[in-house]
Parts: sequence; C-alpha cells; structure tokens
Amino acid sequence: MKLVITVIGKDQVGIIAKVSNVLADSNVNILDISQTILHDKFTMLMSVEAPDTGVSINDIKKNLENTGMNMIFQIYHEDIFNYMHKI
Amino acid sequence: MDKFEIIETLNMITQEKLDIRTITMGISLLDCCDEDPIKAAQKIYDKITTKAANLVKTGEDIEALYGIPIVNKRVSVTPISLVAAASKVSDYVIFAETLDKAAKTLGINFIGGFSALVQKGFLDSDIKLINSLPEALARTERVCASVNAATTKAGINMDALKMLGKVILDTAHLTKDRDAIGCAKLVVFANAPTDNPFMAGAFHGIGEAETVINVGVSGPGVVKCALESLKGAPLQDVAERIKKTAFKITRVGQLVAQEAASRLNTKFGIVDLSLAPTPSIGDSVAHILEEIGVEVCGAHGTTAALMMLNDAVKKGGVMASSSVGGLSGAFIPVSEDLGMINAVQIGALSLDKLEAMTAVCSVGLDMIAIPGDIEPETISGIMADELAIGVVNNKTTATRLIPVPGKKAGDFVEFGGLLGRAPIINISKYSSKDFINRGGRIPAPMHSLKN
Repeated sequence: MKLVITVIGKDQVGIIAKVSNVLADSNVNILDISQTILHDKFTMLMSVEAPDTGVSINDIKKNLENTGMNMIFQIYHEDIFNYMHKI
Repeated sequence: MDKFEIIETLNMITQEKLDIRTITMGISLLDCCDEDPIKAAQKIYDKITTKAANLVKTGEDIEALYGIPIVNKRVSVTPISLVAAASKVSDYVIFAETLDKAAKTLGINFIGGFSALVQKGFLDSDIKLINSLPEALARTERVCASVNAATTKAGINMDALKMLGKVILDTAHLTKDRDAIGCAKLVVFANAPTDNPFMAGAFHGIGEAETVINVGVSGPGVVKCALESLKGAPLQDVAERIKKTAFKITRVGQLVAQEAASRLNTKFGIVDLSLAPTPSIGDSVAHILEEIGVEVCGAHGTTAALMMLNDAVKKGGVMASSSVGGLSGAFIPVSEDLGMINAVQIGALSLDKLEAMTAVCSVGLDMIAIPGDIEPETISGIMADELAIGVVNNKTTATRLIPVPGKKAGDFVEFGGLLGRAPIINISKYSSKDFINRGGRIPAPMHSLKN
C-alpha cells in the first residue's frame, strides 16, 4: 500500500537519515520526498510504499516517535488524497 | 499524487477540523421480541454486543490507516416500541437500561433507538414507551430517544405533542441535578429519516437491512476557511466554492463508509452530508454565515445565506457519494456552536429567527435551552410550530428542547463535552394552553395548489 508520511517540526540535522532507517527496518520503500513550509513550520512529505501485510501503521509511527526527534509524525493512506481530489 | 492536493487535505484535517463525525451501525432488533421482557432484554443485549463487537476497534483501525479522526462510533437500533410490543410489561425502562449496558460493553458513547413512531396514532407500546421516557433518560447515560410525531402524509399527532410537553418537563425535573441533561437525549421529529447516523435522533428504521453502516461527515471549519479567500465575491461564486468543498469532505465519508462496511461485513447504508458543528473554536456553522456576510448570525439575510449554504452542501455531496441519506444539511444546534451561542447571548438570534432558519436547513430547533418554569403546553406549542414547518415543506424537522429547572432567560447552562453550553432563550409569555388541550390530529396538508 502507498502511504504519505508527514514530519512536522523544527528543521534539524539527520531527519531524513533517522526516518529512512526506521522505514528500512519495516521494509518500507521511499518513493518521493519533498519539503515545504506549512503554517510556519518545516514539513517533510514522504511518499512511500509499505508491504500490504506484516506492517502496522501504528508500529511505524511509534518507531518514528522513538527516534528522539522533537517532531510530529503522521501517516495517511494515499486513498484519502485520491478520493478527495480525483473523480 | 500532487503535492498541493496533499497539503490541502492535510490542512483540512490538521487545521480546519475535518473529521468523520460518526460511524453508526444500524442493527435490527425485530428478531428479539419475546413475551418475557427479561428474555427480550437478554436477546437485545446479545444481538447488539455480537453484531457491533468490532465497531470501535474497526473505527480506530480506519482512523490510523487514513489519518482522519473518527470522533464517534455509535449504534442505532429498531424503535424499541416495536421490539417491546410483544413483551408483557408496562414499564420500558428495563429496555433502556439494556441498551445502556450494551453501549458500555461496546465502549460507544451513544446508542439511539429508544423510539416510537406515532405520526398517525399510538400502539399500546408507544404509549408505554413515551410514559417511560423521563425515568429511562434519567436512569441511563448513553441512551438516546426519539419520537416521530408527524409526517407530511399523516399530519401532526397533537395528542403525542401534548404528552411530550409534559414528558420533557418531567425529564428535566428528574435530571435537574445535571441541568436537565436528559432532555438533550430526546428528539421529537416530523418526517424522521430511518437511516440517520447522528444522535440523538438516530434509529434503525423498518425497511432497513439487518445491519447497516451509516456515516456522518462534518467540516464547518473547512467550509469557512474555503470562503475566507472569497471576500466580496458574488454569491454564485460562494455557492460554487461551498459545493466543491462539500464534494471533497463527502468523498472522505464515502471512503470511510465503504471501508467500515467491508471490514464489519455489513451493508454500506448512506453517507449523511451534514455540517455538524461542535463547541470548539473553528467548527461553527454560524461563523460560515458570518463569513458569507451577515454581521452576526440572526441578522436579516441569515435565512437566505443558510438556504444557499444548505443547498450547495447537498449539491456537492450528492455527486461524491454513491448513496446519500440521513439528515443531510447544515445543523444549527445552539449549545453546540460557538457562533450560535454568541448570537443568542448578544440578542442577535431569537427563537423566532431560529424557527425561520429551520425552514431552509436541517434539522430543527436543536439543543435549545428554555426557562425551567415554562408551561408544558408552551413546550408542545413550540414543537407543533416546528413540526408544522417540516410537514408542509416535506422535510425533516425536529426539536431538542431543554427546560432547565431554576433558570430563566439570559442565564447560562453548561452541558459539557460535545453538548456544549447555552444561554437560556427567551420564549413567548402568552399561552398555548387551549390550542394544545384540544388534542387530536392536524390533518396532512395539500400536495398541490402550493403557494
């Protein structure tokens, strides 16, 4: 399944490295990364492909939060964007 | 995927309070009838807790998968007056307590369907249910009740409204230590929808499938934010923007409803396209009307702005979902909407204006706190007026009136949580007694020669 992961907070050294490590451990493949400023906050958008079975979204989120960065992590299934914006 | 579309969606969810307001599972209890009320209650409990066993867990899983908050998971059941009719018992509180117990077991905050359909006349069980209402609402925490007292095809059952005026006062009295909260769980309807997922008026109507998933979406904040960049634009542009926004909001409801129905092995019923406010900041329907241009909700022009908003929400939403139903419109519950609370408080919004507004939107005089020393016939009179609007316009209308003991117009009452807080609204000091005491039925209106 395709997911969008958002990482919001203060820009700092090693965000991509730490997040990539967590994702690699869960066998999640990164498809695209972009950055933007959302409501004055640094926001990283990652488009990823996760295995359909054997991986829990809650576990990925927990592992990201355990990286010790003071950032907010959110995970969304891509269907929510497809449904909302495509007929 | 387009980055800007992703950001737009993220903004809606994280900043503008887009959420799925409720996933409601409708469950038929028609196979739970039994002469022995204790056996019937056991069957009711078993069926609800079996069919909806995974409801909360499924809701949470979908919430994690799509990253969208699903605020409430709820259950609606067949109107209890139909299920209890076979039981040899005169007091139906036992059934309310059974529903309450089932709701607690499931971990849901409300269960709807302690209801009776009396638009044309009463079953014996309808009378028993209505008489049990004050005690049932006082003794339970999560049970929601409703009475359909009028339809366009049957007219208005004025005997029922006469009874209900007194029932509402009795309920207020029995829950006076909690600011008459019992009355916040009782809705009186005209043309009640049988597939409404929103409380307190949800029940699983006859004609529905064995079990069904109905979903209510919301997002007044999203609509308001979408209009903020249209200052001074002509109204057709405003309507167009509301339509497009409603489409997007409803698509999320459709996605969640399909997923929930499939995971719960249940039929997908409907998506209810409603703008349902909450008492939190940025989640107000009144503030949308003010964004459209009235200084305060209740100013002249409010009814027209609301009519346009309600219509545009439906036009956008209908295209977005394969099956639309329920109440589908903008809600204007006073205590649950910051802008409405403010408008009543400063005297901009009166009961009369609210009544006019309900002629063009869903759903009626909702969550309105009235003085505790009101006469029961005056409550019946307010209900009769409101239901008449629904009956003649072929639409759903309803009342949720809360006479708060010991409080008078201008005082404040705090219900807490989703139910919010409300100023006690001013009511007419003149009597409706002789009108209500006539009883009987107001005949169904003409369907032609409409003027």
